Amino acid sequence: MKQFLIFVKKEWLHIWRDRRTLFILLFMPIIQIILYGFALTNEVKNSKIAIFDQSKDEATVNISDKIAASRYFNLVKNVYSYKDIEATFRKGEIRMAIVFPRGFRYDLLHSNHAQIQLIADASDPNTANTLTNYATSIINDYQQTLNPGEGLPYTIKTQVRMLYNPELKGAYNFVPGVMALVLMLVCAMMTSIAIVKEKEMGTMEVILVSPLKPFRIIIAKTIPYLLVSMLNIASILLLSVYALDVPIAGNLGLLIAESILFTITSLSVGILISNTAKTQQTAMFTSMMSLFLPTLLFSGFMFPIENMPVPLQIISNIVPAKWYFIIVKEVMIKGLGFAAVWKETMILIAMTAALLGVSIYKFKIRLA
Amino acid sequence: MMETEKVISAKELTKRFGAFTAVDKITFDVQKGEIFGFIGANGAGKTTAMRMLCGLSLPTSGLATVAGFDVYKQNEQIKKHIGYMSQKFSLYEDLTIRENIRFYAGIYGLDEEQIKEKTAKLLRQLRMEGQDKTLVRALPLGWKQKLAFSIAIVHDPAIVFLDEPTGGVDPITRREFWSLIYEASARGITIFVTTHYMDEAEYCNRVSIMVDGRIDALDTPANLMKQYAATSMDGVFLQLARKAVRTGD
Repeated sequence: MKQFLIFVKKEWLHIWRDRRTLFILLFMPIIQIILYGFALTNEVKNSKIAIFDQSKDEATVNISDKIAASRYFNLVKNVYSYKDIEATFRKGEIRMAIVFPRGFRYDLLHSNHAQIQLIADASDPNTANTLTNYATSIINDYQQTLNPGEGLPYTIKTQVRMLYNPELKGAYNFVPGVMALVLMLVCAMMTSIAIVKEKEMGTMEVILVSPLKPFRIIIAKTIPYLLVSMLNIASILLLSVYALDVPIAGNLGLLIAESILFTITSLSVGILISNTAKTQQTAMFTSMMSLFLPTLLFSGFMFPIENMPVPLQIISNIVPAKWYFIIVKEVMIKGLGFAAVWKETMILIAMTAALLGVSIYKFKIRLA
Repeated sequence: MMETEKVISAKELTKRFGAFTAVDKITFDVQKGEIFGFIGANGAGKTTAMRMLCGLSLPTSGLATVAGFDVYKQNEQIKKHIGYMSQKFSLYEDLTIRENIRFYAGIYGLDEEQIKEKTAKLLRQLRMEGQDKTLVRALPLGWKQKLAFSIAIVHDPAIVFLDEPTGGVDPITRREFWSLIYEASARGITIFVTTHYMDEAEYCNRVSIMVDGRIDALDTPANLMKQYAATSMDGVFLQLARKAVRTGD
């Protein structure tokens, strides 16, 4: 045990001496949270629009004002012909144009039937959809005010409640995503590099000849990274609560316990990579290629897994980050307890056991 | 005549990887305090043989004891009684001299008091007093190697295995390195050394030459030169190595 602690201390010295890497390790999650939080948002805000109003009556002015006042839109231009609209789109000045036909109010009041045209730049289909939906709902809202109290005889009203995230904030989705990504990268990449470094330097051979048990060596090497990861979990959670207003709805203890479990899974991935990689570069590239992209793609954090073709959905199941992402969403965002995530927890435990099993087995082969 | 004590004894020690026989029935003894040279071309099986003796690899057949312990059943015991220095000199570059000594002494179970004492003695011996807080990275290669050797015997092992310890070092530093080896040998530590330098082979008490997994010659350098009618160990080695079927890697 004393020898074990001496090893952990030595490992800690390695990390401590390499200040630059330590700095990256501790600040990467903070920078990612800030980036995803404020820059890479897929919420639609302040989209530039133009209005082509051929009627200029009380109704069109009212609607235009309502739209321009909303936080989703920013009226940058009034245009006076269809040609103008096209030219403005071509210049990339606007994402959407609203066209009121001639005699809009007259049609609305006398024929009970008025039309508004929404023209959106669908080269980005998601944004185009979102923008037209927002505009439609603002227009519907205006329509409601026209005949207050007296609804049509048979109307169906949809009442929408956005559960767990009433304000539809992107942060509710990416905070769990960044946690999965950062922990996976820090743990797997750094441990695999640290272990392979000893192989490259020739020090691994020397410590294998020493009385230290081989697997204890590996465990000792991972412990400092476990500590660094726990600091990362803390900084991500603090930032998300205090900077991004994403509350921790569930049990903090459970969330931390699950995060430590996922950290151990990631460390095991790192150990497995270090078993096969011969140089630090290989270890780094293997970690990057086999972890970064799959975590990004298959955790469900950027792209919904349900929309993927079945083979990819099946592949996503072997990505540990997917299960951790689900757990964090259930516990942190939805506030559910262990009963809701026991299955995912079991999967992570099984994955960790399998990864460690393969690593021990391979380690023994190398020593035989 | 005084009974000499055998610290390494191998009988028909063999290691096969599938159909390939890396080490083929080697038999030899090494006496306490002896400097035993283990020579062979690349791929002759030196490293495999050494790994078996260090407890890193199990033999396929044959018998061997190291420091009185059986290589099959007692490799944990063997590890406690040997030291090892690899060809890539094996210190941590980003740790200081003192930290390296502490670490290696610590994993061999020395207590605080012993570590302190050993550190002071070692620094004095290498004339590195006052430099204990220098990062190993900043030392010249020759110093690193001398330090690595001193650290490999910091726990006073019965035997120290040196795997091509002087690669890439200038002749003067090599000679200094060998004087450290003689000192250790005088203290009763047995030295088991592999090398590519034939002048170093001449510094050994006895030399074994491996060809294609077998030991083809084993004697004192003087006797070998006489037997092969050569003026240097180089001549002996070339005559034997030419017979090799295997090519080095």
